[in-house]
Amino acid sequence: MLILRKFAKDRPALLGAVVVLVIVLVAILAPVLAPYPGDVSASHLLLRLKPPSWAHPFGTDNLGRDIFSRVILGARGALVVAVMVVGLAMLIGAPLGLIGGYYQRWGAEAIMRVTDLFLAVPQLILALALAQLMSPSLKTAMLALTLTYWPFFTRIVYAETRRLKAALFIDALQCIGASAPRILFLHILPNCVSPIIVRATIGMGFTVLVAAVLGFLGMGATPPDPDWGLAIAESRQYLPDAWWFSTFPGLAIFLTVLGFNLVGDGLRDIVDPRLRRSR
Amino acid sequence: MLGFIARRFLLAIPSLFGLLVLTFFLIRVVPADPAAALAGENATPAQIAEVRRQYGFDRPIYQQFIIYLGQVARLDFGESAYSHRSVALDIKQRLPATLELTIAALLIGIVLGIPLGTIAAVHHNRWPDILLRILSVAGVAVAAFWFAIELQLLFAMELDWLPLRGRLGSTLIAPPTLTGFLLIDSLIAGRLDAFVDALRHLVLPTATLSLGALATIARFTRAGVLDTMQRDFVTYARAQGMPGRTLIWKFVLKNSVVAAITQIGLLFGSLIAGAVVVETIFDWPGIGFYTVQAILTADYKVMLAVTLLIGVVYAVVNILVDLIHGLIDPRLWEQL
Repeated sequence: MLILRKFAKDRPALLGAVVVLVIVLVAILAPVLAPYPGDVSASHLLLRLKPPSWAHPFGTDNLGRDIFSRVILGARGALVVAVMVVGLAMLIGAPLGLIGGYYQRWGAEAIMRVTDLFLAVPQLILALALAQLMSPSLKTAMLALTLTYWPFFTRIVYAETRRLKAALFIDALQCIGASAPRILFLHILPNCVSPIIVRATIGMGFTVLVAAVLGFLGMGATPPDPDWGLAIAESRQYLPDAWWFSTFPGLAIFLTVLGFNLVGDGLRDIVDPRLRRSR
Repeated sequence: MLGFIARRFLLAIPSLFGLLVLTFFLIRVVPADPAAALAGENATPAQIAEVRRQYGFDRPIYQQFIIYLGQVARLDFGESAYSHRSVALDIKQRLPATLELTIAALLIGIVLGIPLGTIAAVHHNRWPDILLRILSVAGVAVAAFWFAIELQLLFAMELDWLPLRGRLGSTLIAPPTLTGFLLIDSLIAGRLDAFVDALRHLVLPTATLSLGALATIARFTRAGVLDTMQRDFVTYARAQGMPGRTLIWKFVLKNSVVAAITQIGLLFGSLIAGAVVVETIFDWPGIGFYTVQAILTADYKVMLAVTLLIGVVYAVVNILVDLIHGLIDPRLWEQL
């Protein structure tokens, strides 16, 4: 409750939460909200590249499809990708961090070295290479993003575990004979939850951004998916005449990422007292 | 100081070796059949077998790795399947273009980011601060590829103020290549027209690329300055009547930029990733554009060489960052 109250005082974070909530609602209700839900795959060649109007608030694209509808329908895809990628990365990364931080054998050391290696290669390049190597599609793009995002969770859980391992209550648990999995998953993991949530929130925004780049470069969603990145790629040949074609999907990406980042920053300020001071 | 640099380079070697192992196995193990991918979609089984033999894919993987290590030691990265030229030569010719772009973006980030962050901290919680906070969050939330396209749309297509793509206009003859940096080469050759043209071509890509760096540097400078202003020596200097300007720009800032400089080292990764996107959109003939082409054509030799290059650049930048730390705050030398 204390966290909620502090969060409510942080205006930018609150704004971010509202944005995220709206986008989540839009994603859930997309088929109902979109004025032309059939425009995922339909084409109306007579309506090609029409500028914004009352009938089509964001204009129409090269196949005469309503961009407003496609932006709304695209929210679902973007959020599903982000949730899947961040969720899977968390499931892989957090246990590895626990093991790496708790044990002192060479296996644990090896996990951390591999983690550092993954962090040394720019995430986008690794994701691009992996997506291409596994033959590009939305599924492989998600897999590639997961493979590049887990080390971030391993790093933070590792740091927390190392810190907690020295705590008195862990000593006590060891003395009364609690098993290592019990200590790790029932006692250390719950103490890592707040940094994990902060990382996951920021990761959501980041994943939406990188997934859009993959879509833009043709290594993510495939036509006729209403993907935001893909739409911007398709719009390039119709510039400068059809400015609305690229502008609105880009604004959708921007708003989504902005929302998650604002919430993430707000949460971080609450969780990390060292940073809170400078607010 | 020399001892420190030597030690840091020695420490970088195992991690670079690790990077070599990781990329080699990822790139060689993940695809089902690299030979089939290289031979193309319509290749006959005989053609695929020929590619496999040519590239040595028929040998055991550990032998392939040892051969690869030997090649890397001689800086021989083989021939690109995409450009049919030596990968090392391609990289050598393209690296200056990327460095020119990233250094320009980083400079903009530093030159604007540090003063902006300081101004925001001085006006804590008043409008310059709030404005900067909004801008810095927005700066990292905007998709670079989209921002680049919108800039092209506005400044190149609608207003026609700046060139749309490339490094130099097609009507101009490029100055003789000495450093590979067009801005420097054109000045050496005394070609003011080429210099101005190259500068104009640099504006939009740099603006796109510097956005994230600018936001991050401004943010960390602000946090650092806010932190320093609460320290005792600041209160003391104030009590002694030191003018605000001198205090902030001379003493507080110097004690605050360490965190921002650490970020610069970390930023380099995102700058390189950004270069991949920006170079693709602006047809900038650098490493990023090359990387995308290599990835799209499954040119695994180029992919291996480029990831290694990024690892080396990353290590060097981080050593440099530590050196700059030491220069700003001599106390840090003792810890290094």
